[in-house]
Amino acid sequence: MSQLLPVLVLAIFVAVFGVVLLWFSSLISEKAPRNSVKDESYECGLPSDTSGSTKISIKFYLTAILFILFDIEIIFMYPWALTYNDFISAGFGAYSLMAMGVFLAIFIFGLFWEVKSKALEWE
Amino acid sequence: MGVDVFEITVNFLKMVIIFLMMVQIVPLLVWVERRGSAYIQNRFGPNRVGPLGLMQLLADAVKFLTKEEFIPARGYPGLFYVAPVVAMIPAALAFGAIPLSMPINIEAFEWLGQHWGPYIFKFQSYEIGIGIVFVLGVSSLAAFALLLAGYGSNNKYALYGALRASAQTISYELAMGLSIVGVILLFNSFNFIDIVNAQSAPLNFNFFGHRAEFSWLPNWGIFYQPLGAVILFAAMFAEANRLPFDLPEAEGELVAGYHTEYAGFKFNMFFIGEYGHMLVASALMVIFYFGGYTLYPFFTPETAPQMMTKLVGHLGMTPTSNMANVLGALLLHVVMLAKIVAFLWIFIWVRWTLPRFRYDQLMDLGWRKMLPWALANTVLTAFFILIMRYPLWGV
Repeated sequence: MSQLLPVLVLAIFVAVFGVVLLWFSSLISEKAPRNSVKDESYECGLPSDTSGSTKISIKFYLTAILFILFDIEIIFMYPWALTYNDFISAGFGAYSLMAMGVFLAIFIFGLFWEVKSKALEWE
Repeated sequence: MGVDVFEITVNFLKMVIIFLMMVQIVPLLVWVERRGSAYIQNRFGPNRVGPLGLMQLLADAVKFLTKEEFIPARGYPGLFYVAPVVAMIPAALAFGAIPLSMPINIEAFEWLGQHWGPYIFKFQSYEIGIGIVFVLGVSSLAAFALLLAGYGSNNKYALYGALRASAQTISYELAMGLSIVGVILLFNSFNFIDIVNAQSAPLNFNFFGHRAEFSWLPNWGIFYQPLGAVILFAAMFAEANRLPFDLPEAEGELVAGYHTEYAGFKFNMFFIGEYGHMLVASALMVIFYFGGYTLYPFFTPETAPQMMTKLVGHLGMTPTSNMANVLGALLLHVVMLAKIVAFLWIFIWVRWTLPRFRYDQLMDLGWRKMLPWALANTVLTAFFILIMRYPLWGV
């Protein structure tokens, strides 16, 4: 906890720094009359009729779901990587590698299946 | 009590200075980028304001501050204003955890009639034991700022840019996280200082139970992990939304992507975030694969204070061991900065040399090429570490 307290302090400091800069900028910035045409969303000069909440490809969602699965699998490899040399020193190196091999086999099968099922095809 | 106040003050000042360093480097990098791109494309670039156009930075800053405040009528003001502030935070947090030089061991001394020290001064905002995991985790938060910007603008170009940015960032994070596993296997630590210290020795490794050593080469990660280094560096480009992976702001397709509606200082804050990511990426490359703040045969945590003692000795003074340590740390800091600057230049160089990928090519590269290669790199590294440490032919 005490190790992470400085992180929180820095995050708050950066946020305050940013807010103060935005506030200062709005104080000294150019003031000009506004009108409805000027306040419109930018759309290459045409009158904008599509809002931000348009239809988007489902692929983005799919990518995010797949990312979560794979990322968790990768995070599991970090502690293994950290202890691998200790396992070798204790004479269990081959065991550690094979245990990871089983895990990786599932990982590779998942990746293979993902490619096979065309989850990663973008047209 | 007194010690606590002293320590809190020192740590807070360190944090502020390192953060301001990051913010200050952004206009300089913008200048280098503009002059560099002009040099690459045989143009002049900014050369009117001040010597070499350097005052252009100041002019730009004033211009950014005095730009008219604008928010699209359809946008969501809360999200719209929060996004640029959030964009700066992940890069600042990640940069704070990176050691910029060796920790300085200050022995007890007397000054102004008071006792001070002993104290270990760390050349980073905060030392976190699991530094690698922390930096990876924090820097991936950057996708949130882009999503907030895209959603808060309520503009279809901004939204498409933000979606592309998040999908691309998370896709390349897999290859990035996996290529770092090789480094952890190699150096056996999550801590940046441990990793750098392991690289400040001559190249040495186990060779089927024998000990191999090359005294003229440093023990850099790049000699063990060339594939991992390439994958990590390529993934870093995607993480920082730089060309050739700058699909989120592809100006030919999406106007300006997630920051279409942003102007003035809010726009500049996204820039601080992006260049901050480049800075963190360069620092990670240097620490993992290129020896961090050490340069083995010449500058190591052991030799740097001695060198500075000798140098100051030539000026006719004999420094105390504390002074030698401080000067040595500053020397190593310069070494670190020089390496980081070299990588920053590669970032800029690549941006103005390579064309942009198509979106399906980008996703293809991330998932079907870089991820399997990073996986192969991990398995091969583990396998070689295992068989190299086994005395197969009897020693």
